[in-house]
Amino acid sequence: MTIHDLEPILREHPFFNGMSDEHVRILVGCAKNIRCNEGDFFCRFGKKADEFYIIRNGKVNIEIDIPQQGSMTIQTLEDGDIVGWSWLFPPYKWNFDARALQLTRAISLDADCLRNKCELDHDLGYELMKRFSAMMMERLQATRLQLLDFYAGPAGAKG
Amino acid sequence: MIAAKERTKAAAGAADPMRPELYRVQRSRRESSDTFTLELTPPRGYKPTPFQPGQFNMLYMPGVGECAISISGDPADDGVLLHTTRVVGTVTRALNGCKAGSRVGIRGPYGAPWPVAEAEGNDVVFVAGGIGLAPLRPAIFHVLAHRRQYGRIVLLYGARTPEDILFKPMLRKWSSRLDMDVYVTVDRAEAGWRGNVGVVTNLIKRAPFDRLNTTAFICGPEIMMHYTVLEILGRGVNEKGIYVSLERNMKCATGFCGHCQMGPFFVCKDGPVFRYDKVKRWMEIREL
Repeated sequence: MTIHDLEPILREHPFFNGMSDEHVRILVGCAKNIRCNEGDFFCRFGKKADEFYIIRNGKVNIEIDIPQQGSMTIQTLEDGDIVGWSWLFPPYKWNFDARALQLTRAISLDADCLRNKCELDHDLGYELMKRFSAMMMERLQATRLQLLDFYAGPAGAKG
Repeated sequence: MIAAKERTKAAAGAADPMRPELYRVQRSRRESSDTFTLELTPPRGYKPTPFQPGQFNMLYMPGVGECAISISGDPADDGVLLHTTRVVGTVTRALNGCKAGSRVGIRGPYGAPWPVAEAEGNDVVFVAGGIGLAPLRPAIFHVLAHRRQYGRIVLLYGARTPEDILFKPMLRKWSSRLDMDVYVTVDRAEAGWRGNVGVVTNLIKRAPFDRLNTTAFICGPEIMMHYTVLEILGRGVNEKGIYVSLERNMKCATGFCGHCQMGPFFVCKDGPVFRYDKVKRWMEIREL
């Protein structure tokens, strides 16, 4: 897949919906096509967050390894989802593992490249921050619902 | 089309709505660590009132008490009555102790059902959380039995853990159908679980349905239904196409005692299934 093939994929992706052609072209300059086989890691806890990923198709588990207990899955991400925002904030290290649950194709965006572009073009930086903030809010709300453990209370049963 | 009045009429149930009939437990089946299904057969010579999907019965354990439990079986099957419930109190604990041959008092069916006839021609999205799959199951049986009358059929089901997933054989069977989309997610899972992890509302954004022609049936904890409704509305579905099954403290089941009153409604008689726009005002009031 050439860099020209990536442009329409990014342009059609909901995360970049409405972004200017110029900004999409800048993003394409930092993008590459990747694939992970089942069980492969996109990123590992504590490692340098030098990329983020747009899942084209497949499934990715966001996991954390708990000593003496093994890995726990926090969320499953699928087609169209974004993996990773640790690249945005110092110290640029992953806080979780992301493992392919099945063969997963994705587009990787280089963090150094993007950060530099954002410093040079604050409009691009603001566009990306808006989009990542919305995604982070969505994930935070979902996590709060998980914390509620709402299936523990009575429902369906009445006495 | 089942008009609202007819749906309410269905609440009338048997001739004397306060008199239980003693059913025999044919089998008690464990669904998860705290959830079980009772298979009940009516007394000889007794002709039970057919139930509609979404209705409930009052189950009576002599010397213990009575509680409302949704019917979870196939409405086309008039032989055995199925009730799936979780152990949450004294009555359900006693019911959980029932063995084959035990007797359980049944009165009903009561309540307004899922409007399956009104949904004909539409895509139907079922969103179930936890034990909320049990009251939805009769409606799923119905739409699958009348498959040609409906568009896409989508089931989105969220459970606490993989061990808490109800009706696993049935879910596998439905998943293997080419004319139904089934998505299951759990709130937490350990290594080895190959399915989705995340709240059930996460499934809505990808669910395949036509927003302009969709009827959504939602059952689960009220907080889950609240966020599910927001997501479905966010997909552009009209609120008049959204139905929720509410749960309140039902005692008489006939709209006399007022225990289950919610604003102008008696949940036992006017519900438990309500069109969302009719009850949203009351669902927003705390502690109602």
